[in-house]
Amino acid sequence: MAIDPTAFLPPPVVSAGPWAWMRRNLFTDWRQTALTLIVLYAVIRGVPPLLGWLFVDATWQGTRDDCVANGGACWAFVSARWGQFIYGFYPVEERWRVNVTFAVLAVSVVPLVLPMVRGKAWIIGFLLTLYPVLAFCLLYGGVLGLPVVETARWGGFMLTLVVAITGIVGSLPIGILLALGRRSDMPAIRTFCTLFIELFRAVPLITVLFMASVMLPLFLPSGFSLDKLLRALIGVAVFNGALMAEVVRGGLQAIPKGQYEAATAAGMGYWRMMGFVILPQALRLVIPGLVNTWVAIIKDTTLVLIIGLFDLLGIVQAGIADANWLSASVTKTGYVFAAMGFWILCFSLSRYSMYLERRLGLGASR
Amino acid sequence: MIAMRGVNKWFGQMRVLADINLTVAEGEKLVICGPSGSGKSTLIRCINQLEHHQMGDIVVNGVKVDAELKTLDLVRREIGMVFQSFNLYPHMTVLQNLMLAQIWVQGRKRRDAEKVARHYLDRVHIPEQADKFPAQLSGGQQQRVAIARALCTKPKILLFDEPTSALDPEMIKEVLDVMTELATEGMTMICVTHEMGFARNVANRVIFMDAGRIVEQGSPAEFFSNPQSDRAKLFLSQVRLN
Ligand SMILES: Nc1ncnc2c1ncn2[C@@H]1O[C@H](COP(=O)(O)OP(=O)(O)O)[C@@H](O)[C@H]1O
Ligand SMILES: [Mg+2]
Repeated sequence: MAIDPTAFLPPPVVSAGPWAWMRRNLFTDWRQTALTLIVLYAVIRGVPPLLGWLFVDATWQGTRDDCVANGGACWAFVSARWGQFIYGFYPVEERWRVNVTFAVLAVSVVPLVLPMVRGKAWIIGFLLTLYPVLAFCLLYGGVLGLPVVETARWGGFMLTLVVAITGIVGSLPIGILLALGRRSDMPAIRTFCTLFIELFRAVPLITVLFMASVMLPLFLPSGFSLDKLLRALIGVAVFNGALMAEVVRGGLQAIPKGQYEAATAAGMGYWRMMGFVILPQALRLVIPGLVNTWVAIIKDTTLVLIIGLFDLLGIVQAGIADANWLSASVTKTGYVFAAMGFWILCFSLSRYSMYLERRLGLGASR
Repeated sequence: MIAMRGVNKWFGQMRVLADINLTVAEGEKLVICGPSGSGKSTLIRCINQLEHHQMGDIVVNGVKVDAELKTLDLVRREIGMVFQSFNLYPHMTVLQNLMLAQIWVQGRKRRDAEKVARHYLDRVHIPEQADKFPAQLSGGQQQRVAIARALCTKPKILLFDEPTSALDPEMIKEVLDVMTELATEGMTMICVTHEMGFARNVANRVIFMDAGRIVEQGSPAEFFSNPQSDRAKLFLSQVRLN
């Protein structure tokens, strides 16, 4: 059969140039035009003052009085408190340990994002097994001659990262196990998992954190105490594990029965079938839901404030209240700074998930 | 090779298999036909225990089949299965599909598993598709991959549940050709199929089922030229019309 040469021609270009583009996209009809004008007005009214506040009138160095005089953002406050915002009350001379911990993490995560790197399984294995041990030894100390830094002194952005990463990494396996349990054939396991999920789903995270910090010690044998941060971490992981379980269950339900049958007929037992055939497909399907939960975890880290831990937001708030800095300008700047910190975290996570979805979706969706 | 004695199975109150007695010798090719809902799938799925029967004995290769994990494992190692809807693993390439059970069920080394996988891809005439994903293949190609996957674990028995029913007409032949080749090589095969041409050329015996019972069985020649029961006559006339 002869191939029609016109099949390879590009679609016809209607008209080119910025004017044509604007005519087509911004001023199609009167409604489009009205919307365009409204948005334009909002931008003109909103953006210059914002830029003025952020940059032009901002104070980069100096004291509160300079900030109040200039009227713009008080970056001087942020730079004066930078160390505390990032490291909390972590001793200054030990801060390199925090840097090393997160540098190792960053260096291991980067190859995961690059498509051409092979052996990703090994990196993931390292991150899930050795790395937590390494991170604990570095951050907490008490080994290799590193002085102990009590978790009460951890804080700021570093604490946010610790809580968020533990929550994200811890909640997934918990969620998977709970989801599998809820679909199990064994009534005892099914009932337990269902109750567990429904219990944690039905209470706010604040309650869970309060329980973990106030109630849990009452049930522990006397003389046996769990670190406050550790309790919070367990609380966050378990709570979000229960949320995650429902996301994962949604994915499991979408897998056709034939996949189970093919794996079973091939002689695979339950765990191999789940691990190699069912879960990889189910998790891929629910990446948007997983990332949703992860972003929520990052934002929920701020709640540790109420059990007396100072995450990024908490420490910024504490700084704002400092008598030397107390002013409207500093307050605004502090919250904007905290918001930017969270936004960067959440936004990069969501970009990464879109990338993951595109790459992993390749096989299944074509 | 396979012996079923007085096998009964119920789904809830409905009796889906009723007093099934059936023996299959090594190297025999069996075709099972019958109207939809007559229990054909359930019958062959009891052989590898995708469905558990409630009464009677099934002995496969000397092992009495029950729901115990150990016997399940033994029995499923001997039996490969090909499904109507292929059931390839969509997140894996063709090669990975063929290697998975070899590595994780049979404990073969990756390199050996790949060699075996490529060998069977050759046998089903699609060696060039090894690195594609199932969704990139045609239905006929997918079903041939599924056959190769079933062969990779070197089973003694192959079960086919309507392997060509989900295929477009022009692809049916390529799958039937592969099955015919397997048959001439002495594989023990049990095929649920409505491909009467295949049954006539390849089967040693045709089983006709209706309402959970084996109504009639015999050589294809006998069965097609001279069906005994009214039900089989009606069924054959309907199949021929299609
Ligand atoms: N999982 C199941 N639960 C309940 N009934 C079933 C199930 N699978 C099959 N059946 C019923 O059992 C009967 C036999 O089914 P099947 O063996 O699939 O028939 P065939 O393959 O001959 O079309 C049908 O009436 C069907 O509705
Ligand atoms: Mg059927």
